[in-house]
Amino acid sequence: MKHPITLTINGHRHDVEVEPRRTLADVIREECRLTGTHVGCEHGVCGACTVIVDGDPVRACLVFAVQAEGAQIRTVEGLAQGAQLHPLQQAFIDHHALQCGFCTAGFLMLSTALLERPAPPDDVELQEALSSNLCRCTGYKNILLAVRAASKVMHATSEAA
Amino acid sequence: MSAAIAAAGETPVVDRPSGVPAAVPGTAAPRTARPGPFGQSVTRLEDLPLVRGQARFAADLSFPHQLHMRIVRSPVAHARLLGVDASEALALRGVVAVWTAQDLVGIPCIPLREGPSAELDPYLQPILARDRVRYVGDPVAAVFATDPFIAEDAAERVSLDLESLPVLTDATAALGEFAPGLPTQPTTIRKGYGDIDAAFARAAFTVELELATGRHSGVPLETRGAIGRYDAARDVLELHGAAKVPHRNRDALARMLGRSPHTIHLFELHVGGGFGVRGEIYPEDVLVLLAAMRLERPVKWIEDRYEALMTTNQSREQVHRVRAAVAADGFVLAMDDEFFHDQGAYVRTHGDRVADMTAGILPGGYVLPAYRVTGHYRLTNKTPAATYRAPGRFESSFVRERLFDAIAQRMGIDPIELRRRNLIRPEQMPFPRGIETIEDNIVFDSGDYPLLLQKTLDALDWPRLQADLQARRAQGEAVGVGLACFVEKSGLGPADGVRITVDFTGAVEVVTGGASVGQGFETVVAQICASTLGVDYRRVRVAHGRTDRIQYGVGAHAGRATVMTGSATHNAALRVRAKALDMAASMLGCAIEGLDIVDGRVIRRGDSGPGLALGDVASALAPTARARGEREPGLTAEGWYETPSMTYPYGVHVAVVRVDRDTGAARVERFFVGYDVGRAVNPMLVEGQIVGGVAQGIGGALLEEFAYDENGEPLAVTLADYLLPTLDDIPPVEVMITEDAPSPLNPLGIKGAGEAGINGVGAAIAAAIDDAIGQPGAVTRLPVTPVRLKALLRQRAG
Amino acid sequence: MRSVAFQYHAPRSLDEALVTLAQVAAEDGRIIAGGQSLVPTMAFRFVRPGHLVDINRVAGLDRLHAEASTVPGRTAASELVIGATVRHAAFHRPVLAGPLGPLLTEVASHIAHYPIRMRGTFCGSLAHADPASEWCLVASTLDARLVLRSVRGERILEADEFFTGVMSTAIEPDELLVEARIPIPNPGVRLGFDEFSRRRGDFALAMALVSLECVDGRVRSPRIGVSGVEDRPRRIAEAEALLDGRIPADDLFRAVARAAAAAVDPLEQPQLPAIYRRELVESSVRRALERAWGPTGHGAR
Ligand SMILES: Cc1cc2nc3c(=O)[nH]c(=O)nc-3n(C[C@H](O)[C@H](O)[C@H](O)COP(=O)(O)OP(=O)(O)OC[C@H]3O[C@@H](n4cnc5c(N)ncnc54)[C@H](O)[C@@H]3O)c2cc1C
Ligand code: FES
Ligand code: FES
Repeated sequence: MKHPITLTINGHRHDVEVEPRRTLADVIREECRLTGTHVGCEHGVCGACTVIVDGDPVRACLVFAVQAEGAQIRTVEGLAQGAQLHPLQQAFIDHHALQCGFCTAGFLMLSTALLERPAPPDDVELQEALSSNLCRCTGYKNILLAVRAASKVMHATSEAA
Repeated sequence: MSAAIAAAGETPVVDRPSGVPAAVPGTAAPRTARPGPFGQSVTRLEDLPLVRGQARFAADLSFPHQLHMRIVRSPVAHARLLGVDASEALALRGVVAVWTAQDLVGIPCIPLREGPSAELDPYLQPILARDRVRYVGDPVAAVFATDPFIAEDAAERVSLDLESLPVLTDATAALGEFAPGLPTQPTTIRKGYGDIDAAFARAAFTVELELATGRHSGVPLETRGAIGRYDAARDVLELHGAAKVPHRNRDALARMLGRSPHTIHLFELHVGGGFGVRGEIYPEDVLVLLAAMRLERPVKWIEDRYEALMTTNQSREQVHRVRAAVAADGFVLAMDDEFFHDQGAYVRTHGDRVADMTAGILPGGYVLPAYRVTGHYRLTNKTPAATYRAPGRFESSFVRERLFDAIAQRMGIDPIELRRRNLIRPEQMPFPRGIETIEDNIVFDSGDYPLLLQKTLDALDWPRLQADLQARRAQGEAVGVGLACFVEKSGLGPADGVRITVDFTGAVEVVTGGASVGQGFETVVAQICASTLGVDYRRVRVAHGRTDRIQYGVGAHAGRATVMTGSATHNAALRVRAKALDMAASMLGCAIEGLDIVDGRVIRRGDSGPGLALGDVASALAPTARARGEREPGLTAEGWYETPSMTYPYGVHVAVVRVDRDTGAARVERFFVGYDVGRAVNPMLVEGQIVGGVAQGIGGALLEEFAYDENGEPLAVTLADYLLPTLDDIPPVEVMITEDAPSPLNPLGIKGAGEAGINGVGAAIAAAIDDAIGQPGAVTRLPVTPVRLKALLRQRAG
Repeated sequence: MRSVAFQYHAPRSLDEALVTLAQVAAEDGRIIAGGQSLVPTMAFRFVRPGHLVDINRVAGLDRLHAEASTVPGRTAASELVIGATVRHAAFHRPVLAGPLGPLLTEVASHIAHYPIRMRGTFCGSLAHADPASEWCLVASTLDARLVLRSVRGERILEADEFFTGVMSTAIEPDELLVEARIPIPNPGVRLGFDEFSRRRGDFALAMALVSLECVDGRVRSPRIGVSGVEDRPRRIAEAEALLDGRIPADDLFRAVARAAAAAVDPLEQPQLPAIYRRELVESSVRRALERAWGPTGHGAR
């Protein structure tokens, strides 16, 4: 039996009808056609599917879409403002923090949520939190550098504002 | 000259011999021109869609009206297949068809890429199992349904009638039977040179070891995927989601399906990591194509992680029994190795190449006057094996370097000193190794191995590092350092071609049969093209992985992409450049010699005027343009690069490891890579490749293992059991790229870098653990799991 | 890796949840809390529930506060009440002053990964009863009481009645674990925790939680809990007895750790020989003791 639900993704409303067994990752990708959110394991280990739900980073493969009814969801497609990249996106490019790019959306959304916390994570917290997601290509070094660099940019601008 | 190292937080610097400019050789680019991006760490062309979530990986592609395929797989490791009952599955709403081997009569097994082999062909994998299943995960039936959930529901309802057969999980055990009359050893690899017996007879002493590398693999973060589509209107069959070697796969698929290669096109989408395993032809690729034709709808298949961990190629599992004959001064007179290669259940597209390469590259960069190797290529009831990044090298470096450590230990000398005494010296280059592999007659083209070793030691301040570790050990810590030397191979020929075209806007397109697996291929090719031609690399668009755009292609494997495609690009760009200058000279009414191309404009040397836009030159060369005169139409050229043999980059790995004596956990504290890449097109990308490779190596050395129980049941079928390293497991890797030995074999001097990071990791970590626990020679098996390490510690205590 | 089909229910009140649960219990109706264990097992089709009752929208289940103990004769005067939808992340900062708050924070940092802790719940961990669950060890070692509710009424179980085996508990199909109540140790208590896992965030191969008091330089009321090794967490009486009344010293801690190692009966698991698990128990217990006693432990110095 399908449930009519409304998901708000990156500020846009999506009215969809879904079977309860479809995960949030499935529905974001297949029904809402936002395929920037990737699925790497479907059992919660890789973090490729990370999206932000009501401010928190979550594994979209471990939430059923019906559970997200009414929630504010953010995905990688919502990071840039038009042509203006988000500081994290720019930092990932500048620091060569991606190779195949399959893990990138997950790392970007995880990092976005971390850096948007009122108290930005210190280095230890950052390393701990970034160990949540898997990347098979980069060896992580440049991901850490990029997130650190973006953190500086974001906090410099937020202080200036 | 001091070596330049990229530690955490720095952009990589290249250690270039003084006086060598970072420009492309052969262009005679005057130093007045803006330096080309060759050799510069520019950001990647690939990144924008990837960071914006606009990329298109296989799962992201859907066609209207498509069907979804789900494979029914064997739940047991070895059994006779007596029957398949799909009636319950077919009864489910939305199920369109269920196929078994009976639906595939006449479709051959997936062939060897390098052509038929009487020895190996009987062991190839059928598309769907016929009368036997041979590993857990062996495809038995294919379900086609309108929705992936329904397909999975239906696949569960297909019942298999199986009668169990004895299971073989150990490649060193007595042989079993693949099929009646076919023993589980299809072939034996034998190689060697020199007089082994004489060497052993005159040796001062001999050293003998048994060493094993564990089964692990590439495990890209994106699982495999394939979408088949048949366009009856044009009689064209399409496979989307191809990777690595699209052209060769097109040819193989054309043969299997009895079609002309002109009517079957492969399309590479974004590729979420390859590492050797993705892009081979697997049963699912053939099935989606057949189904697309027969069911007359697009057919999509996306592997799930559970399937990926039991059906995608695995690698590395070998047991070696190796001995060395050593002279009194530590010069190794001979190496004699017998090894067992666990191929898993079937021979796949690579045949016995990994075993062959192991045998070919085992001697590494040491002089070694005599060598003999016997490789038993054996089948077991596990997932089939094939290449994984640095195939045969990760394994053989572990074996060779462990052997050299053991020799040093036996003599009571510094393992580094032992290596110095045995490394091939620069004046011996080019050095014929005296071994043939399937691919090549091995001749090391260039290199100064002792110099790289010395630079590495200097960069690490070796005496101080040793002293620090000593002091920490005195405080009770179990820390140690290990080093490994290796020779890589890259640029497997024989030939590759590209076509470069400049359009009327001045934009440049390079069409290549190379492929991208996420390694920055587009950027590197664009950089080479841009430097040679004289344009901004961002104006260069690289079209790759499409068999409908270019007839031939080598793809991306065996470190080919940069060397082969890069050299072909350089050659094509030189031609385009010549055509442009010739046309421009006539347009500007001056001599060709006085012209140059800078930033996309043809200018007079020493003249600050605007010159001519390359796009205008292209317009002048249009077929219809009068100005063209007798010239060949189009500002376009093909370029080819042919090479008789491979190039051999080389490296040194150093690991510092800390062991927790209580738990048996080993943690890599520091990892250093010294690597001579010939010429680095983009040092940032080279460094990225190396750091990524190190991480995978650490996985294979400490964490990752496809273990099986005695029934052949795989024990690592989730990412909670198959342990990929996380950020927390990887130290800040330091990379020193040197350019002391450009390859004489290609115009750019480049050698591959894709496998530089992973090659010696197992060897270096093993040595570091020995050192940390003060038990030389303790580590004989990878991965060094806490359970195994604890057992080593217990041995000593007990 | 796609779940079988099921029906979804999202009750708003506890009563509604219990009624729904009672109706669907017979058709393998289950509660979904954080979903961080349930959804992966459904993806592998290891479990195939006919119904899911989502408790995330049920009002009042997110209680997390200290309350006077309702059990007469208990040493602890008050209890920390943890409602069914309290997430692991709620413990990222200490929820209480005194030894317990910081201990829970430390323990939480070992559970899975940041995004998983955003959704996974304390009570869900207990209900799931993975032998390597940190919260189960906490509940068992610190004698938590588990409050179960169904349309039939309420039961309160002690931890040792609650855990019945590998991923099995005394919860009846129609029951909801509405809250866990952990006795709040008095300020003099010292707590120490240690675990070993292959990678950060992985399920532990062994872990230990120690609670002790120091009266006149001697150890009093020791509790030594071990898990990740046997089918469920438990306190190791032999080790506690060895510690009780003694003057803390390195040798003693080592002996106690050895006693704990000798007392456990490790689960048969592929690639994890019992001898190795015992060694891990030994090191975890010793380290937990050292932590409880040393400067990194939680509690009075
Ligand atoms: C990659 C990964 C790593 C992990 N690592 C760890 C780890 O190191 N340590 C650890 O402890 N956990 C770990 N977990 C599991 C995680 O902590 C879960 O959150 C937890 O086990 C279950 O909590 P939940 O709220 O998510 O429960 P759910 O997944 O919603 O439910 C689990 C089970 O409990 C039942 N249930 C849930 N709540 C109730 C209730 N109130 N009353 C009755 N029954 C209920 C459900 O019906 C279900 O059977 C990991 C998970 C993942 C995906
Ligand atoms: S796909 Fe969700 S964590 Fe891997
Ligand atoms: S860039 Fe490929 S997985 Fe991270």
